[in-house]
Amino acid sequence: MEDMIFYDRLQFAFTITFHYIFPQLTMGLSLIIVYFKWKFLKTTIEKYNNAAKFFMKIFAINFTMGVITGIPMEFQFGTNWAKFSELTGGIIGQTLAMEGLFSFFLESSFLALFIFGEKLMGQKLHFLTGFLVFLGSWASGYLILATNAWMQHPVGYEILDNGKFVLENFSALFSNPWLLPAFLHNQVASVVTSSFVVASIGAFYVLRDKNLEYGKLFLKTGVIFGLVSSLLLAFPTGDLNAKNVAKYQPAAFAAMEGIFETEDAGAEIVLIGQPDMVRKKLDNKIAVPNILSFLTYQEWDKQIAGMDQFKKEELPSNIPALYYSYHIMVGLGTIFIAIMGLAVFLLWKRKLYSFKPLLWSILFLVPFPYIANITGWYTAELGRQPYLVYGLLKTSEGVSPNVSSGNTLFTLLGFVALYMLLGLLFLILVGKTIYQGPIHQKH
Amino acid sequence: MELFWYLIIAVVLAIFFILDGYNFGTGIIHLFFAKTEKDKAVIAKSAGLFWDFNEVWLVAGGGLLFMAFPTFYASVFSGFYLPLIIVLWLIIFRALGLELRSQFNNKMWKAIWDASFGVSSLLLALFFGIALGNVVRGVNLGGIENGVSVYEGHYFFLPLWDSSFSPLSHTPGVIDWFTIIIGVIAVVTIAIHGANWIVLKTNSTINNKLKSTIFNLNILLVVLTVFSLIVWQIVNPNSLNNFIDKPYLLLFPMLYLTGLFGLFFIKKFKKEVYGFIMSTLLILGGITSSLASLFPVLLPSTNNVNESLTIYNTATTAYGLSIGLGWGVFGFILVIVYVIIQKKFLGGKIDEMDYGH
Repeated sequence: MEDMIFYDRLQFAFTITFHYIFPQLTMGLSLIIVYFKWKFLKTTIEKYNNAAKFFMKIFAINFTMGVITGIPMEFQFGTNWAKFSELTGGIIGQTLAMEGLFSFFLESSFLALFIFGEKLMGQKLHFLTGFLVFLGSWASGYLILATNAWMQHPVGYEILDNGKFVLENFSALFSNPWLLPAFLHNQVASVVTSSFVVASIGAFYVLRDKNLEYGKLFLKTGVIFGLVSSLLLAFPTGDLNAKNVAKYQPAAFAAMEGIFETEDAGAEIVLIGQPDMVRKKLDNKIAVPNILSFLTYQEWDKQIAGMDQFKKEELPSNIPALYYSYHIMVGLGTIFIAIMGLAVFLLWKRKLYSFKPLLWSILFLVPFPYIANITGWYTAELGRQPYLVYGLLKTSEGVSPNVSSGNTLFTLLGFVALYMLLGLLFLILVGKTIYQGPIHQKH
Repeated sequence: MELFWYLIIAVVLAIFFILDGYNFGTGIIHLFFAKTEKDKAVIAKSAGLFWDFNEVWLVAGGGLLFMAFPTFYASVFSGFYLPLIIVLWLIIFRALGLELRSQFNNKMWKAIWDASFGVSSLLLALFFGIALGNVVRGVNLGGIENGVSVYEGHYFFLPLWDSSFSPLSHTPGVIDWFTIIIGVIAVVTIAIHGANWIVLKTNSTINNKLKSTIFNLNILLVVLTVFSLIVWQIVNPNSLNNFIDKPYLLLFPMLYLTGLFGLFFIKKFKKEVYGFIMSTLLILGGITSSLASLFPVLLPSTNNVNESLTIYNTATTAYGLSIGLGWGVFGFILVIVYVIIQKKFLGGKIDEMDYGH
């Protein structure tokens, strides 16, 4: 039984991690594409239009990968988490079905039109199709976050005698206090990823001294979007999320911040340290006193419950993984603000394009926003453990009762092999597109 | 309300099979009949431009099924665990084939992705047919062993096959001689449908030859249909009851027969779209007739202990269903608008259209 849950969880974690490489780019990138297209409508300077079309090519590759790795996500609710689906389908089925109906159709229809229809429909309509692609991808994010928000902080439900969760109040799903901060944080994070990608392609062109006009445009756009979104990531969106966790999942909050013992007065904020789960303390700790209490409650001396205040079964099941996920996310977020801040400062001083160390840094920093996004999600999901529906349904109660661990391991191995291949092909395609660069074209 | 959602989901899945049916069929024709590079390219393009839009219907159908009939969704997806995951892998390989072939102008590269596209299309058509066969045949709900349920009554688990390969076994697998027959019918039907799509959307040099192919495949389909109807009675003796009780349901088999009959005139049609309409009727009639013969059962039980899954014992509450109705109607109106807009800009033959990515 333990094995069975382990493989089911590993397969879901693996496939969703791989899947989320793609939507986190497409959501943010669609916003930047809309910006380029809008800039073109306003200025009629060709390079903006070519930039929009170039990034739509990269968008399309990512969108395709998102679709083919996304269908397995929907299937796995039924295949591996049948009991969870049976018990909660009456609620999360609503938001998931809405995602299919409202966002996928929108995105897939207008993506095709954006790519094939420019000549047929003129520039204003072309802008509109780009905007609708953006709308579709953000609607998708919103509905997935609404689903997740319900699992983190269930609202608007009723539990029947047979254990099923059924919908009692539909609008509560959308006024869930967990939803808006989580959605905004997630979307801003996806803008960070795409800003880094845009800036990094720009840095590549400038360093290579090829496609220079586009290199500069991408760098400039990327670092400005990057700074704004990195700042928004920390405040207010990150701040609001942390406060939600402190309020609704205090046990998870203590674990992710690494507070083993409750302090009498204000709680310190841990910057670095390794959790020792046997002795219940952090090794090699570097911490700043009272900051956590201030950040969370704006009171220096407010007490924050440590892990000692909770029963073992109330605490997240993998505390070190949760603690590291959270600290990696926050640490990277801080670095993003520093790097993008420096880049914008140099841009203002007109030195960005010639300051090579920073260009090289931007070029090679690309994987890190992806890591920050993924660890951010790990923080949310590990923090929710040992529950699927916080406080109400345990993860061990959601698994398919009829699928043996041998079958799950078989499909897990298959997914690993197949996704290796997918990843390789993805890199070849994106690499080729970037290497070729934007097509210089007058309409 | 259950009935209403049942109809909506049936329509969405029928649309999926009609749309992705031609897309799979295009792959089957591509595998066996396309010889020159020019034909291969244009045939792959006639599928590649549309596959993601078509597959959105699967995502939508799955999502709606999850919302309206969660118990059924949970039971069927976990019970058919392996075949469904294999279907996912095939969908991925098919998409790769379509998206990648035009990326590099190299013979070996194209050969690899053509094979990936063609073979996975063929296997997907076969698997979807086998799936329909399983639904008609029923499964051992509750996983009865020696008269005792191993799981709760609405769960089951099917291996890919049982050593007897017989639908009449107490523990049939996914693949047995009956489901294979239905699978082959699906392959032939979908191949006809795909050939019609190619004739409609392209100027490939094999269009005339394909019309003969359709004619010949249709003869095969008539034989298979008659044969399957006989074995159908052995596997599920109750399958005609609904049609006897409610004769208006005979409309659905009539659709199938119209398509089957109409396709014999494939060479005489003045408009290419008529052929496509006939094969659409074939798929529509085939699916709806099967569903109508089972109604209100969704998945029959092959034992007497646990009752069959029906639209009534697997649905969510009336409140959930009626809320879904509100946004569902609105959502479908939007979808229809998208389809009209797409048709306006991407209609007609596709040979000259730029394939941007």
